Amino acid sequence: MSKENSGRGPRHRGGGYGPRGIGRPVEKAKDFKGSLMRLRDYMRPHAWGLLLVLILAILSAVFNVFSPKIMGQATTILFEGMLAKMRGIPGAQIDFSAVGRILVVLASLYFASALFGFFQQLVMVGIAQKTVFKMREDISEKLRRLPLKYYDATAHGEVLSRVTNDVDTVSQSLQQSITQMLRSAISIVGVLIMMVNISLPMTLITLGMLPVSIGISVFIASRSQKFFVRQQRILGELNGHVEEIYTGHTIVKAYGLEEEAVTRFKQLNDELYDNGWKAQFVSGIIMPLIGFVGNIGYVAIAIAGGLFASRGIIALGDIQAFVQYSRQFTMPITQMASIANVLQSTVAAAERVFELLDEEEELPDSPAAVSLDKPQGEIVMRRVSFGYDPSKPIIKNLDLEVKPGQMVAIVGPTGAGKTTLVNLLMRFYDVGEGSITFDGRNIMDLKRGSLRTMFGMVLQDTWLFEGTVRENIAYGRQGASEQEVEAAAKASYVDHFIRTLPDGYETVLSEDAANISQGQKQLLTIARAILADPAVLILDEATSSVDTRTERLIQKAMGRLMKGRTSFVIAHRLSTIHDADRILVIKQGELVEEGTHSELLELGGFYAELYRSQFLTAASEVG
Amino acid sequence: MWRLRQYIKPFLPIALAVMALVFLEVMATLKLPDLMSEIVDLGIAQGDIPLIWRTGGVMLLVALAGAFCAVLSNLLGSLAATGLGRDLRIALFSQVERFAPQEFNKFGTASLITRTTNDVQQMQMVFLMTLRMALRAPLMAAGGVLMVVKKDSRLAMILLALIPVIGVMIAIVLTKGVPLFKSLQHKLDRLNLVLREQLMGVRVIRAFDRGMHERERFGRANLDLTQTTLKVNRIMITLMPVMTLLINFTSIAIIWFGAKRIDAGLMQVGDMMAFLQYSMQILWSIMMLSMLFVMLPRASASGERLVEVLETAPSIQDPPRPLSPRPGAGILEFKNVTFYYPGAEVPVLSDISFTARPGQVTAIIGGTGSGKSTLLDLIPRFYDIQSGSITLDGVDIRHMAQADLRSRLGYVPQRAVLFSGTIKENIRHGKKTATDQEVAAAARTAQAADFIEEREEGYDSYISQGGTNVSGGQKQRLSIARALARKPQIYLLDDTFSALDYKTDAKLRRELARSANNATTIIVAQRVSTVLSAEQIIVLDAGRIVGRGTHQELLSHSKVYQEIVASQLDEEAVS
Repeated sequence: MSKENSGRGPRHRGGGYGPRGIGRPVEKAKDFKGSLMRLRDYMRPHAWGLLLVLILAILSAVFNVFSPKIMGQATTILFEGMLAKMRGIPGAQIDFSAVGRILVVLASLYFASALFGFFQQLVMVGIAQKTVFKMREDISEKLRRLPLKYYDATAHGEVLSRVTNDVDTVSQSLQQSITQMLRSAISIVGVLIMMVNISLPMTLITLGMLPVSIGISVFIASRSQKFFVRQQRILGELNGHVEEIYTGHTIVKAYGLEEEAVTRFKQLNDELYDNGWKAQFVSGIIMPLIGFVGNIGYVAIAIAGGLFASRGIIALGDIQAFVQYSRQFTMPITQMASIANVLQSTVAAAERVFELLDEEEELPDSPAAVSLDKPQGEIVMRRVSFGYDPSKPIIKNLDLEVKPGQMVAIVGPTGAGKTTLVNLLMRFYDVGEGSITFDGRNIMDLKRGSLRTMFGMVLQDTWLFEGTVRENIAYGRQGASEQEVEAAAKASYVDHFIRTLPDGYETVLSEDAANISQGQKQLLTIARAILADPAVLILDEATSSVDTRTERLIQKAMGRLMKGRTSFVIAHRLSTIHDADRILVIKQGELVEEGTHSELLELGGFYAELYRSQFLTAASEVG
Repeated sequence: MWRLRQYIKPFLPIALAVMALVFLEVMATLKLPDLMSEIVDLGIAQGDIPLIWRTGGVMLLVALAGAFCAVLSNLLGSLAATGLGRDLRIALFSQVERFAPQEFNKFGTASLITRTTNDVQQMQMVFLMTLRMALRAPLMAAGGVLMVVKKDSRLAMILLALIPVIGVMIAIVLTKGVPLFKSLQHKLDRLNLVLREQLMGVRVIRAFDRGMHERERFGRANLDLTQTTLKVNRIMITLMPVMTLLINFTSIAIIWFGAKRIDAGLMQVGDMMAFLQYSMQILWSIMMLSMLFVMLPRASASGERLVEVLETAPSIQDPPRPLSPRPGAGILEFKNVTFYYPGAEVPVLSDISFTARPGQVTAIIGGTGSGKSTLLDLIPRFYDIQSGSITLDGVDIRHMAQADLRSRLGYVPQRAVLFSGTIKENIRHGKKTATDQEVAAAARTAQAADFIEEREEGYDSYISQGGTNVSGGQKQRLSIARALARKPQIYLLDDTFSALDYKTDAKLRRELARSANNATTIIVAQRVSTVLSAEQIIVLDAGRIVGRGTHQELLSHSKVYQEIVASQLDEEAVS
């Protein structure tokens, strides 16, 4: 659990208002150029589609750029007609046929622009979704191929966040930001040309406002980032506190720590508030201020335009058009201002996805790999050495021979390498030196999947997925019938318990299966293993949360099951391994003692001492 | 959302102020085209240059006032939204702290964490957006309509014709878009769930060679998510151009009909230009509003989840006039206690009666699912029983204040829980006022002193969140020390010794027996060695008491006990 929680830190999704990213801290990619190139490669299958998007965007933007000018012409005609009338020129009137012609042109321009814009979006959405679909599929496929090493070393939250947040960021950017940016860039050029065309001095006024807007954004953004960073830190602390207190709920209750917890929460919460509103406020004033600057520009244009028009230098319709242009100009500029941010965070997100995709994979099965039809369960280890960190070997020169059908118990202090042994047997990790054979074949020459299904495993960490009890047990074997599932449950003495659940076998286990106890979970996983009917059983501390009496019952069932099967039992409690055919005592990765229970007691070594420490204390207190 | 009103209420004055400011800002924005039309109609048409300058100056002032209102409304809006977030968060957290395990488990730890963090954050954001946008858009529309009607009410009829069209579009968004957005969220959660399970269960998946199966499961969730996303997006990208077209064709109509009216001398060109700008503003703000509809379901889902928590009454409450047994004895008595978990058909415990006395150890032993831990959980009143009674020194624990009851108990759970903080602080959770000496004494008894003192910073060593920097056994001993520091009347030890090796276990129990001399001790155990010396052993099987007595007594007549012992001890050790 803790591993999973550690990565749950909240990462903000892009806000829904204002240009995305302005005023918020931006994550930077480690290798911006490289990752950008890879993202481009990812998009390559859609090269034609993207070209189409580009063409459509240009068309849509161009048609859009022309329309204010055309509309202005209509206004000019109206104005001139009206002026003429006012001045009493005989026969003067508004030239309606000209206005009508212009309006028809205008309507077609609008229509064309909208149509191209629509198709551009349609194509782009398709491309974006296909790309992120593929990205997620690639990640999923990659996860299937990654060695256990990766899973053991990476926090789950980390992987989760790459599949959801990072992929989401990429999709958002592809779909919205990038096309918007494209249009903006085209608009800026087009609008600029049109503005210069109408009036150079007025264009200069508009351009003069630009540095002011940009200056304001940069100035405020740098300030607001500070608050956002601090807010993020406090939020992290607060979330940590919540997680901790909720996880320890019963203890909080039992010791009456509620008030203390609330006080601490309050303190963090107030701190969060102090920073939060400042961050919110400072980043929120960017838009109004830019708007204000825009309005100053508007006023300046109104005055200048008014002066020019009254001297007849410029047509009225052109002023109207210019006002529209200058509005159209500021919007894409502010959008462009955030391009750097959006691009940065997109590439950083993509980079994290690529990092995952670049992780080293499990060696594939060799083409000559076989699967065993009738596994016997003879296992031989020859001079096996292994360490998770090669410089720190956990298993050294281990020799081991297990005949089919034997029950082998592995005993030793924590960290002696017992669980590691299982990792090697099932090829979760590959041996460093030496070899392991199964029925005389090197396990490296067996198909991984076939090797693993020959083992039935009940691990320390019980794992059940969200689904019914029945589905969870049936996970052990595809296509198991209802009767088989229930028989397996009966064999592991969990049938009765299942039937006390509200919906019996159809009870849905919640996400972390909080509705059943640890011991019951283990019984379910045992049922699952029984159903799987494997050649070799591995019980790794399997029954540590089950009381010894139930455990004994399970062992009876297992005893029947283990007939003709090799089994490995790893346990701290010696009571569980009495009747093992062989007991292996492993200490610091080496086999130090080997034999039956009575042989080892006689030997008077480590096992005998361990045994005495467990039982004689109990006995001495009786006497 | 409505049910959260009591939390929103304190911010109503601010919200009203924001509304007023937004209104002023909108009016300022709307005033600009109006002034512009004056420049056109009076300035340009009549060549009145000073008027152009003057009007320009006024425009600048209006713009400045607008900006000022915007900044101020933003300030107030930020204060209100973060304030609401703060209030909701503390309300939620306090509420959860009042929950008994029953309600707590109904939601689940993970879900409660998300609700307290993400959902509150979501509400806060939506409130802010509502203040900023949801108010702005209708005001803008209303203001625009006002100005339009003032300019030329006849021409304003054009806009009237648009209402049904816009109505249809909003209806489409509401009926098609909103459910899709909901299902989108659902599918995203599904993908997350599948992936999280695969990460956590990787060993099992590989052991059963179900990698392909899981891969397909993810693929299905992925495809489903992608298809829904595409659907949602297609609706969104259709709406945008349609809306734009609507606006543009409206302006064409305005020019055409406006031209007629100008020709008839009923309207001036500048007015028409202003009219054009107003109609655009009206339509854009309506568009913004429809976008808001898309966001609301998300917020209402979050709001729903918050309300669920806030409206769940804690199942365990203090009586109006709590009784308090006189401090002293510590006799705990169960009388015919029967307990069902909520919704269960079969009771976990039935007809349990026993008395635990001070100075004695009462041990409870039994199989998994026999109800041992549940029995222990009834004593601090984590759950209330359905029939029978539990009394402490003659007072029914349901008549006591929870804090009073629990202050008399020293509870050590099966899985040790520590909190981030120093070792000293952790032990002091047992008793806030414990002196350094008391802390050290508790640690010594709990066999924790050795490893604590080995640490560089001793009792000031920091325990990280979840206690990840101490071993399981150390955690357990610290958790015992915490209970010891409390010097409670009653110790509740839930299979406390299973994480310890036998040597430490034996030593600890000896020490414990000495220091908990006059206390009532109730131990739930799996190992027979733990219960050997208990004055009273209670054997549970399937929620019923099937045997009681000392070790020797039970050995001679309890069959279940004999089985348990046989499974654990060698014959010779027992004899």
